[in-house]
Amino acid sequence: MSQPEILNQAFELGYTYTRSTGPVVGRFLTELRDRNIVGIKASDGRVVVPPMEYDPDTAEELSEFVSVGQEGEIVSWAWIKEPREAHPSEQPFAWAMIKLDGADVPMIHWVRADGESEVSTGARVRAVWADETIGFMTDINGFELV
Amino acid sequence: MSEQEPITGIEAPIYLKYNFTAGAAPARFLSQVKRGVLTGQRCPLCEQVYFPPRGSCAACGVPTQEEVVLADKATVESFTIVAIPIPNNPIKPPYIIANLVADGANLSFIHLMSECVNEDVHIGQRVQAVWKPAEEWDYAMDNIRYFKPIDEPDVPVDRIGKISVAGWEG
Repeated sequence: MSQPEILNQAFELGYTYTRSTGPVVGRFLTELRDRNIVGIKASDGRVVVPPMEYDPDTAEELSEFVSVGQEGEIVSWAWIKEPREAHPSEQPFAWAMIKLDGADVPMIHWVRADGESEVSTGARVRAVWADETIGFMTDINGFELV
Repeated sequence: MSEQEPITGIEAPIYLKYNFTAGAAPARFLSQVKRGVLTGQRCPLCEQVYFPPRGSCAACGVPTQEEVVLADKATVESFTIVAIPIPNNPIKPPYIIANLVADGANLSFIHLMSECVNEDVHIGQRVQAVWKPAEEWDYAMDNIRYFKPIDEPDVPVDRIGKISVAGWEG
């Protein structure tokens, strides 16, 4: 038996899921398409962004949508030196927890900046909208420093 | 909100990207398939012939090295009728996927059956490979498009997987 040649092949396994959004996340995404960001009011009065379907304390169904600002403040962040293929930016960027004006909890998204030293906790940022919005989280094409 | 329909669903695919390295036994097998030759490997202990070979015997836990050339005739060990299409394959549903045992092998492999009446396919049925033109052969079992029934007597259930490479005399 002769030595076999070494055979390599790229192989991609794709799980082509579609997911139902439900009425609350569906509303959030629909508003994103219209370049609005909405949260939802919880039983204790906090505004939660992105909106959740049920109250974290009482488990009541939530329905009171609230528009929040398109600017906010970085609560915490992590700098990504070497973005990977699935990341939203080919350039180094920051993942950040951003508390939007009018919201009481931060939302995760990404912040564009020229370097790590530009980013800081407490920095103000503003949503950058995609050229075409389709009703998806990436309709916000990152946040920029204000 | 706009005039457009509200969002009720999103695409959320997950793609897992692998670089598959065949390993010694499958690489040897695939190199032979590229030449239109089907090869299995015989276990030195239980003497079962694996096709396709994996380089070891799952039952005995020993390496398999002896290479055995098989016929492209086979016997239906089991089968199912499938109602959904295979991406990038011209076969139209309903079609048959079968566990087949090649003459000279003892364990089954999976392939398609066609040129058959689905309702007439049965365990023990004799089939033969329908190959692509040789110039299209690659390192792949789909060098064989599918297996089609041939005019030979059925193999009794207790003889399936025990046919020699010389074929089934009936």
